[in-house]
Amino acid sequence: MGEKDRTLTLLVDNKPDVLARIAGTFSGRGFNIENISANITLNPDITKIIIVTTGDRATVTKIRNQIKKIVDVRNVSYLKTKKSVQREMILAKINFTEDNREKILAAIEEMECRVVNQEADAFIVEATGKKDEIDRILLHFQSLGMEDFTRSGKIAL
Amino acid sequence: MKLTGAQILIKTLKAEGVDTIFGYPGGSVLDIYDELYRSDINHILVRHEQGAAHAADGYARTSGKVGVCLVTSGPGATNTVTGIATAYADSIPMVILTGQVPTPFIGSDAFQEADIMGITRPCTKHNFLVRKIEDLSKTIREAFSIARSGRPGPVLVDLPKDVIQAQLEEDKTIAAKPKSEDGGKSPDREALKQALEMIVKSKKPVILTGGGIILGNASEDLQKFVKKVKVPVASTLMGIGGFPGTDPLWLGMTGMHGTYYANMAISNCDLLITLGTRFSDRITGKIANFASKANLIQIDIDAASINKNVLVDIPIESDCKTALVHLNKLLDENGFAIPGEEREKWIDQLGQWKAHAPLSYCNSEKIKPQCVIETLYNLTEGEAIITTEVGQNQMWAAQFYHFDHPNTFLSPGGLGTMGYGLPAAIGAQIAFPEKTVVDIAGDGSIQMNIQELATAVNYKLPVKIVILYNGYLGMLRKWQELFYGKRYSHSYIRNSPDFVKLAEAYGALGLRATRPEEIEPTLKKGLESPLPAVMDFHVEPEENVFPMVKPGTPLVETIINSEELR
Repeated sequence: MGEKDRTLTLLVDNKPDVLARIAGTFSGRGFNIENISANITLNPDITKIIIVTTGDRATVTKIRNQIKKIVDVRNVSYLKTKKSVQREMILAKINFTEDNREKILAAIEEMECRVVNQEADAFIVEATGKKDEIDRILLHFQSLGMEDFTRSGKIAL
Repeated sequence: MKLTGAQILIKTLKAEGVDTIFGYPGGSVLDIYDELYRSDINHILVRHEQGAAHAADGYARTSGKVGVCLVTSGPGATNTVTGIATAYADSIPMVILTGQVPTPFIGSDAFQEADIMGITRPCTKHNFLVRKIEDLSKTIREAFSIARSGRPGPVLVDLPKDVIQAQLEEDKTIAAKPKSEDGGKSPDREALKQALEMIVKSKKPVILTGGGIILGNASEDLQKFVKKVKVPVASTLMGIGGFPGTDPLWLGMTGMHGTYYANMAISNCDLLITLGTRFSDRITGKIANFASKANLIQIDIDAASINKNVLVDIPIESDCKTALVHLNKLLDENGFAIPGEEREKWIDQLGQWKAHAPLSYCNSEKIKPQCVIETLYNLTEGEAIITTEVGQNQMWAAQFYHFDHPNTFLSPGGLGTMGYGLPAAIGAQIAFPEKTVVDIAGDGSIQMNIQELATAVNYKLPVKIVILYNGYLGMLRKWQELFYGKRYSHSYIRNSPDFVKLAEAYGALGLRATRPEEIEPTLKKGLESPLPAVMDFHVEPEENVFPMVKPGTPLVETIINSEELR
């Protein structure tokens, strides 16, 4: 198997420097973090971290073994793409004029995205989806004259 | 009654069985030092915090106990970093206690503040910042537990001054040992059986030992195993002492400066069984050719070290001792027959390689460094504890002192740290006051922690320092000779001090030898003295370490001597 995105799910102790330990292990050993998300779980002592990294299976196994050694890391598992639901989210700012407002709105609707805020000359649009859907939406937004956007790390279950 | 943080710390250390601390005081740890003043813990005052870390490391490597050092915040803490990284690279159990500015000041760039947590995160097995006194005792317990369990390593505990000065009711103070201390994973029985079948059937097997054999206390079990299966043993630098250097099945060190016969054995074997080694680049040579004719069995306590640099056929996650005990038991239970004739042929072949290129050197009118070490070996009957620095001194010590016992060769193998040998020797001498402890150093490396001579004199520690004085950073000079057109850029170190006078100024014995016939009397005099002794041997300046494997070339291209380079 060749290089591709692979997702690791970590359950870690909710301690102030745990993210630094994990990020440091990646950088110190020359591994790459494509994107990352971290948040609470039902247990307040535990944080769930989802990391997307790239590499072949053997490389990701090495990463996993190194991450497992961090004292504050309780568990590391691969996320099986086929058996999980994976989402990323973007907020995008798209400018409009009187002339193209309706056309842009129609395009947003067609992509099943949501306008969450409307300013005098710009929409803030929210979209969630799988990575490739989000990639596609972003391309489309760019063609509509998107001014700026922010994109979350992957969350998955 | 209430106890202060300092009192809780000392009580917990005592409960952990700590009787010796290597340290250096400072503003943030005054309260701890005040408590030490009343305690019966033996505190060894070093002259530089790096020395404290290396001494604690030397103490740990010889005694098998967790080494402890105590330093102040800021520069005190940062000075230990090289010592911590050295211990981390070689998996040495240590607890480093660092003072820290009071918690409200953390992050304010206070006087003598350093983010030692951030600095040491990548070179410790784990580190802790104790934010409240309630966590203090428990954290210390955990630190010791983490340091010695699994693959050992250094653990740092950062102690803010206000936590140390706070008070807590006595009945809440001393935590129990953590329950979870793991004694190593039980190895996969099927894999062990499979491995054993391969070992028994193999015609040309070799065992390769690493530091895990010593850390895992598995030396005796290895000897039992080798007796039964008659497999020759090669070792990494870190595994030296794990199998007797005088045993006929001993092949010596392998790798960049390994013996010709060990390197040929690994290159030609049909089965390689590795015990507690991580296949460092210094061992494998060109990795694609490493043991390319062999099936590989890797036994290691650290899952992350298995299949990391070299892909193996049978991975076994286990500490070396448990695995060997199981293997020995399986052998006893099942009976076995090794292919006698083919095995004899293999051992015969190894003998021929050995005869073709034994470890050797040519005597001349000048002192040969190898001869100094051989003479030291003879005079100490192989029973000394030897520490080294990095470079030629380290390689010659590994080649020419035939270590029979584990925990007697202390060398900064992974990190390759100049300045390690003297403080490590001090730590070893504290652990074993009756033993002869010798630091084999170069004139470059000894100057990196020479100040610890004052510590040795202060505590009347009769450590011996052999300086192989060649006026060069010898290993670098050799690389420059061979690969950089003899441009000796800054590897020639002029104007070193007169080491004899320097020794005397510290209150130690200083001796010098400049001719071969002076080697033995000088060593005798130095070894017999009750004082710390510096023995300055002016050796052949351009002597090189052989055999040698050029970087990026396979082990099978081992260069035996300088003739081959011409």
